Amino acid sequence: MSKEEIIAELKTIIKPYSEETLALENIDENTDFITDLKINSANLVDIVLDIEEKFKIEIDNDSMAKMLTVKATVEVIESKLQTNVGE
Amino acid sequence: MNHQEILKKLPYGKDFLFVDELLDVNENGVVGRYTYKENLYFYDSHFKNSPVTPAVILTETLAQIGLVCLGLYLLKDDLDMQKASLAMTSSSIDFLKPVYPGDKVKVISEKIYFRFNKLSCRVKMEDETGNIICKGTISGMLISNLNEQ
Repeated sequence: MSKEEIIAELKTIIKPYSEETLALENIDENTDFITDLKINSANLVDIVLDIEEKFKIEIDNDSMAKMLTVKATVEVIESKLQTNVGE
Repeated sequence: MNHQEILKKLPYGKDFLFVDELLDVNENGVVGRYTYKENLYFYDSHFKNSPVTPAVILTETLAQIGLVCLGLYLLKDDLDMQKASLAMTSSSIDFLKPVYPGDKVKVISEKIYFRFNKLSCRVKMEDETGNIICKGTISGMLISNLNEQ
């Protein structure tokens, strides 16, 4: 799955949790969940749970702590997908 | 952690404590009881001459028993209340029956998930004969550092 495809999936997952339609529309690697999309920590948990379900991966506490921007989130997803392939 | 230890850890003052006792607590859920004493301060005003327990108080009761007591149990001794704060982050409750001064209620809560310090539960409140008073889902978060969001 390419980076662009992952970001497109992320956009769909995040949509219900953000009122910042413009920032969501222009989502890219540099988008920050808290400052740009105004997502609170409780909804961030829901987004991470939705990501786990969508990509069929398991996200640990350390990875979760990193997932504050689209870039970091894509990196976590890519590395977990990689691990899944190896299994 | 036994029931008394959980009750002792609750961060509420006596005017806003809506838990009398816990009947059961385990990894998957909690059952507790509360009686709305007739002299509770809000009955004077809600409503004038016609006291009914406010829905926000029923929601608070569901959260204190269903979410906070269960959360304290799940966190075991990891939680230092001096360094952490609790916040209700969402609730969706249907109210089916009124609760009057003196009514005894039972709250039954079932864990949906507990991940990354967020606890989400399916909760319901029953009267003494087992009729459902209200039901829904409530979520809350433990915020470990007061200075951070």
